[in-house]
Amino acid sequence: MRVTQWLAFRLLRLGLVLLCVATLSFGLVMLSPIDPVDAYLGPQMAQVSPEQRAIIAHRWGFDTPPAAQFGHWLRQLLSGDLGWSHIYNRPVSEVIGERFYRSIALLGSAWLLSALVGFVLGVMAGAKEGSLLDRLISAYAYITASTPTFWLGILGLLLFSVYLGWTPVCCAGPTGTLSQDVSTLTRLHHLALPVATLTLLGIANITLHTRSRMVALMRSDIATHAFAQGASRFDVAWRQGLRHASLPALTLAFASLGELFGGSILIEQVFAYPGLGQATVEAGLRSDVPLLLGIALFTALFVSVGNLIADTLYRLVDPRIGQTSS
Amino acid sequence: MRPTQPHLYTLGYILLSGSLLALLISSHWWLGTTPAHMQFDARLIPPGGNHWLGTDALGRELWARTLAGLRISFWVGLSAALLGTTIALSLAALSTLSRQMDALVSLLIDTLLSVPHLILLLLIAFALGGGTQAVIIAVALTHWPSLARVLRAELLTLRHAPYIRISRSLGKSRGFILFHHLLPHVLPHCLVGALLLFPHAILHEAALTFLGVGLDPSQPAIGVLLAEAMRYITAGYWWLGVFPGLGLLMMVLCIDRLAFHLRRAL
Repeated sequence: MRVTQWLAFRLLRLGLVLLCVATLSFGLVMLSPIDPVDAYLGPQMAQVSPEQRAIIAHRWGFDTPPAAQFGHWLRQLLSGDLGWSHIYNRPVSEVIGERFYRSIALLGSAWLLSALVGFVLGVMAGAKEGSLLDRLISAYAYITASTPTFWLGILGLLLFSVYLGWTPVCCAGPTGTLSQDVSTLTRLHHLALPVATLTLLGIANITLHTRSRMVALMRSDIATHAFAQGASRFDVAWRQGLRHASLPALTLAFASLGELFGGSILIEQVFAYPGLGQATVEAGLRSDVPLLLGIALFTALFVSVGNLIADTLYRLVDPRIGQTSS
Repeated sequence: MRPTQPHLYTLGYILLSGSLLALLISSHWWLGTTPAHMQFDARLIPPGGNHWLGTDALGRELWARTLAGLRISFWVGLSAALLGTTIALSLAALSTLSRQMDALVSLLIDTLLSVPHLILLLLIAFALGGGTQAVIIAVALTHWPSLARVLRAELLTLRHAPYIRISRSLGKSRGFILFHHLLPHVLPHCLVGALLLFPHAILHEAALTFLGVGLDPSQPAIGVLLAEAMRYITAGYWWLGVFPGLGLLMMVLCIDRLAFHLRRAL
């Protein structure tokens, strides 16, 4: 199978998966016992007569059967309209766009940092299996893999914000100032702790994976041959190891986007950072169905594209993969 | 990790984590104070003296609440892991029956894996309206795909093994082969899979509860304790935020290591 053909196939599959995600999430939302009119009215529920409720239900289309609602939603979706978010009183696409713009700084820097640091630590640990450094790094990875994300955020908040006072307690800028008045430096200051927390936890996965690749290499004939020629462990790690382990690490980094996004929801909640993750929780708690559906679709697209990039990179760099499967 | 006696080391580890967990789960039988008991003359007292881990804003003992929370986490995690493994095994078995079924199951796996776990958890918890049962179902429904993928691959390769082909040529039905040859072969995988799911299930339950869409806030779950602590930590009541999370970390680490060593032993 040629690369272009394969890519077309994958894109088709991506469309199918997204359609499934849309159906699945719509079905789930329909199951919810929460009455959408109640959720929309909130505390004003008691002041509204049954006739007015019927008007609202008709206005939002709740009086039609679920299948008709799904068809209507899907048509709107295909024409690019994600619907109206009642808790922010704006179009869903605008809310997602603005929130994602804030989150991307957090997600992007944590992603880059954890991939880089995780890779370097993995190479260092795997270069000499069983050494003190290897044990320390492995122990660190195992412990962080079992740490609740939000708890690490709470610890960071306690230590750096409450006791040392180095970092702000919450939000993306000082309270009471408009977002356009906040300088870049202040923004970075507010981002530092959330990014550090997310990075510390993201490292574990990639470190353990890279380490096992390095250990396998060091036990292989390639390494034995190099050692026999007088190469040191550092030489082997530098010349063969980096090439051997970097591609799987890159793939893993793209494949872990979903987990990273999940972590960012919790981190944004702990630090009250107004990103997409916080909007997701708000939408869930206050039953903003269009926003919840929009975010589910958007993140599915985000994660699937990440996976697609990972697979494509793998194929482009290593042409053997395409040849065997066709 | 001395390579000379791996099994002795593994056995010791399994016994140690097993007894720690048993102690934890049975703690309410041999420890007195109930987690809901309020002492209004002892509010927000720091750790030490009579109050081992300090007290919260209503004068409730933090150690009793943390232990109760860990017990809840344990049972929710165990139920979710078992349910998730059952779903994974059933769907993997279904996918061996026909080509169409296999395509359907893989599409379902791809769909569920493409949505971030936490978003899917939020959606399912929203659909079911929260509560303990909803959390167990939500965690089980989101955690089966990765295990199902492994089991499916295992079953698909097994299908062409010589003894299966002999059995088929002797005229045995698909169902007979599935239940007598294929399933017994993958059961050890399932045990390990369930154990590997367990810590993930616990962490996701705590996260969901922390966000406010999981267990009921009146229960002393770890997520509830930490969400409550968020209101007090800026005022310097650090113990409320530190100990429940530390307890959870230790329990998850214990189960995770147990799973790791069991997998090596099997």
